[in-house]
Formats: sequence, structure tokens, C-alpha cells
Amino acid sequence: MKEPIISVRDLVSKFGEQTILHDVSLDIYPREITVILGRSGCGKTTLVKNILQLFQPNSGSVKIFNKEVTTMDELEFNSMLSKIGMLFQNGALLNSLTIFDNVSIPLEQHTELSVDIIARMIRVKLKLVDLTQAENMLPAELSGGMKKRAALARAIALDPVILICDEPSAGLDPLTSASLDELILKLKNLLKMTIVIVTHELASIHRIADRIIFLDEGRVLFSGTLQEAKKTSIPEVETFFRVGKFG
Amino acid sequence: MKYENQILFLDGKLTKFTVPDLLHELLQYKGKKINTIDLSGVSSIDSAGTAFLDELVLNLQDFKPQLVNMSKIVESAVSTFSSLSIKKPVSGRKENFFISIGEGLLRWRDSVREAIYMVADIFYWSFVGLFNRKNQRKGSIIQQSLIIGVDAGGIIALLSFILGLILALQSAAQLRQFGANIFVADLIAISMVTEMGPILTAIILAGRSGSSIASEIATMKVTEEIDALRMMAINPIRYVVVPKFLAITICIPLLVTLSTLVGIFGGLLIAITYLDLSAVVFFDRVFEVLTTKDVLVGLGKSFFFAWAIVIIGSYYGFKVKGGAEGVGKVTTQSVVASIFWVIILDAISSLIFYFKV
Ligand SMILES: Nc1ncnc2c1ncn2[C@@H]1O[C@H](COP(=O)(O)OP(=O)(O)O)[C@@H](O)[C@H]1O
Ligand SMILES: [Mg+2]
Repeated sequence: MKEPIISVRDLVSKFGEQTILHDVSLDIYPREITVILGRSGCGKTTLVKNILQLFQPNSGSVKIFNKEVTTMDELEFNSMLSKIGMLFQNGALLNSLTIFDNVSIPLEQHTELSVDIIARMIRVKLKLVDLTQAENMLPAELSGGMKKRAALARAIALDPVILICDEPSAGLDPLTSASLDELILKLKNLLKMTIVIVTHELASIHRIADRIIFLDEGRVLFSGTLQEAKKTSIPEVETFFRVGKFG
Repeated sequence: MKYENQILFLDGKLTKFTVPDLLHELLQYKGKKINTIDLSGVSSIDSAGTAFLDELVLNLQDFKPQLVNMSKIVESAVSTFSSLSIKKPVSGRKENFFISIGEGLLRWRDSVREAIYMVADIFYWSFVGLFNRKNQRKGSIIQQSLIIGVDAGGIIALLSFILGLILALQSAAQLRQFGANIFVADLIAISMVTEMGPILTAIILAGRSGSSIASEIATMKVTEEIDALRMMAINPIRYVVVPKFLAITICIPLLVTLSTLVGIFGGLLIAITYLDLSAVVFFDRVFEVLTTKDVLVGLGKSFFFAWAIVIIGSYYGFKVKGGAEGVGKVTTQSVVASIFWVIILDAISSLIFYFKV
């Protein structure tokens, strides 16, 4: 068995009185695409943000690259962040900056590279997501799909080891979302990235997933490979894989 | 609607338009034993009709009534819309009066602590930002200074002029009665320099810059831009707040000076036209009565006003909950709070500087 690259144990997360995540434990393995599934509001975004320390977990442990991050100091965690890319649900591009400048932020932040080199790296990433023409546009001038792709370019600007995408295909038409899937597969195969994707789309899951983690009301209902998921008898998971909807 | 042998017959439409009448009609069968509800005559039903049936069944639950003879359409509507199986969400526990006071205090303590951390962060990064420009938005301090300073300058100058004019005019009549015309210079100079200039500037900045800081940060928070910054290892306070903090620190003394000078000119206008003073006499008197301390106190406290505005705007911006309406709410709150604190700070400084001497 491979060593997990992210490992979560007994994670509990609350908003005030309300417990959102109940003792969540899971493992993410290197060079795989892990899909986190679950109906909306079940805590997927909260889980991802807890892993990345954007929320402080109430209890439990999160290890990334075999290091406990919940107690890590900010400086050490920040340097770890250069190996992690995150695509937020709505892109979260900085609205006052052009697409080019948005993609340049992580490069300027984490490297000492010269402006020319950075510019080249940005253009390569924009080419990869097919946004070469849009580099001088502001986020407000892009369509939803373009924003997602620009945000993806920013997330992979530093060739991260781990890429986390929160509902990359939500709100996109099937064609665009299929091309996004292809891009994600490319990242996995060419750049050997470990990828975590939050998504609901069955078609997309069949195309890209290696491993499935199924959340229900803040608990892990199932975790295993795609093949195991298709054969499981857990009713909610079985229903989802049969009809592509949450029962 | 018909009642026979413990059977209630419903017929026709069972919709949001007919349910009110049906409820009325039902009153006549109140207290009757009903163990079967026959729906064979029902031609159509919607969610209101189903809710009516649910209520009926619940009210008659002692008799365990059965719904019978439903057509296919009615049956599927009932199974879709029926609310009988939905459990009410467990509402929060009932709060004891003392517990809620205690929790309020704890929340207040937490927010004070958050605010203190934020203030420390802002001052720390502003200081670091002065020496280390890496990772700062290029040209952002200059840009922010222009936004804060130039844009607010016009309106501040206009209002200060009017204020100076009014102050002089209101007092002129009284002063003339006593032949004390020259004292209009004292009045205008001291009140503009120590009080009116700083406070007017601060209130306008609270309305313009404070609100824009709060709404910008709140918007960035709800669109996850703040999270994105943190994921790129950028401190959001440093990136978003510090340029504004430094810019307002540069701008406020200039704006207060502008406001004071223009206000004094407003007074001068009245002095010349209404009190028969000459400009030279007026300014002689102004420079005679003003002490360095007055000027320093006026400028000094304006820094505190400016910092309070930025800190309060940022605090409310980061506190936002929910979506777009949350942004509007914290923006309003931040303006009210920053004007409140500007006035409180002003009162405190008056106490410190004027009782002591
Ligand atoms: N900032 C917040 N404050 C309070 N409750 C929140 C907040 N964010 C999310 N929640 C609650 O947490 C639960 C899970 O939300 P989320 O993780 O966004 O769900 P998902 O991403 O699976 O759709 C929801 O019930 C939501 O109401
Ligand atoms: Mg989500």
C-alpha cells in the first residue's frame, strides 16, 4: 500500500453550536485523483478548508506530506503552500488585477525568478487552460468557465504537488466541463500531480476518479477506489452510482 | 364535502384556492368520528391541498383515518407533497437568562480579542511594509493615497468653507454688539484647528474610505478571495489593509490642514464683509492666539481618527457573514461604528488636553 500524502484523522469542525464535520478520517494517495462526493451542504468545502487550515479544526489531526499541519507555525505552513494549489468554488480571482497578474501572484510570492521567466511561465499556464487571448482582461470581463480556467492556471502556476479543486465543473456546460476533465487528467498524467476534486457529476467521476470519498451530513459514508464504489452495497452510494443523483 | 358512516367524502379541486373554503366547511363536522377520508371525487390537488389533508389526518389521529380511493394523479401528488414524514428541525435549546448574558459576554470578549489581534497585525505589517516592499501590490500606496486624498479633498474643502462661514456668521452678531469684532479670529482659528477641521475630515473619511474598506474586504471574503490570498501564503491584512492604512496616514494631516485653512478663509470672508476687519488684522490675530500645541493636538488626534476608521472598517469587513446582503450590512455597521469611535476619541483627547492645563 502506498503512503498517503494527506491524512486526516477524527477531524471535527463546528460553526458555533452546529457540528459540520463529525470525526472525519480519510487518506489521499499520491498521483491519484480522489473525488470527494456528497450532497450540497454536507460539508465538502468545510472539509477542504479545514485540511488547508483556512478554518481551524475543533479537534483531530491533519497530516500533509507526513507533517502535522494543525499545530504547525505559520512560516513553515506558508512554505508548504508552495506545493499545494487550490481552485476555489467560484474561482476567487482578485478582481482588481488582470488575469496575467492573478497568475503571477504565487510566482512572485514563492520564487525569486526574474520578471521575464515569470512571464514565460504565466503564458505557458494560460496556454494550457486555453486563455492566451485573455491575459490582459479583468476577471469581471470573463465568462464563468473562463474564470474557472484562469483560476486553475493560477492554482497550477507553481507546478504544485497537490491540486485541490472545489466543484470545478459546477455551473459549466457539459462540453466545457468535459474539457476541464481532460485538462485535469493531463495534469495528473504529465505533471504527476495528486489531485483532490469535489464534484457531483457522475460522468466526470467515471472519466477521472481513481478513488472516491463519499460524505453524508459531515460523516464519511464510504471511501475506496472507483471500482469498489461501483460495487458497494451502501444504499446512498449505490443509488448515486446508479442514477447520478443523491437519493 | 359530505359525511356518512364515519367516512368523509372530499370532491372537486383541492388547491390553494379552495382550501380556505374547505377549512370553513369542515367546521360543521367538528367532533364527528371520521376514520376514512374518501378522495374518489377529487379531480386535482396541489401542495396546499396536501397540507390540508395532512392537517386533517393529524387532527383526527385518535381515529387513525385512512386516505382511500385516490386516483393515480392525486396519489402521486400526495406522496410528493406530504409533509407528515418531515421532522421539524430540532430548535436550539432554550436559553436561560443568565446563560445568554454569559454567552454574550464571552462573544464580546472574543471579538475584543480578535480586534486586538487585528490591530497588532495592521501595525506590525505597516511597519514591516515600510522597509520591505516585496509582495506588496505595486504602487498601491500611492494609488490608495490618491483615491483617499484627492477624491475626498473637494468635498472636505467645500464643507469646511461653509462651516467656517457659518461659525463666523453665527457669532458675528453677538460680537458686534460688544464691539468685540476682532475675536471672531480667535473663535474661528481655535475651533477650526483643534476641533472642526479634524472631526469634519474624519467623519467624511469614515463615510467614504471607511465604508469602502469594509465593503471591499467583505466582498473579498464572500467571494473567497481572502482564502485564495491565504492559500498563496499572502497575509490578507498586509495585502489589502496595509496600503490603505499607510495611505490614510499620509493623507489625513494634509486633509486636516486643508480643511482648517479653508475653514479659516470662510471666517475671513465674514470678517471682511460683515465685521469690517482687514485680512491683515485678522491673520495677525489668528497667529497670535494659536499655539503650537493647538496645531499639534489637532493634527495628532486626526491620526488616531484615521487609524480608527481603517481598523474598524477592516474589522467589520472580515466579520462578514453570508453573501451580498452581508456586505451591505457590515458596511453600514462600520460607518456607524467608526463615526461613533471618532467622536469618543475626540472626547477622550479633549479630556486629556484641556483639563490638565
Ligand atoms: N461561514 C459559515 N458559517 C456558518 N455555517 C456555515 C458556514 N459555511 C458553511 N456553513 C454550513 O456548513 C455546512 C456545510 O457547508 P459546505 O461545507 O459549504 O457544504 P458543501 O461544500 O458540501 O456544499 C452547511 O450546512 C452550511 O450551512
Ligand atoms: Mg461547497
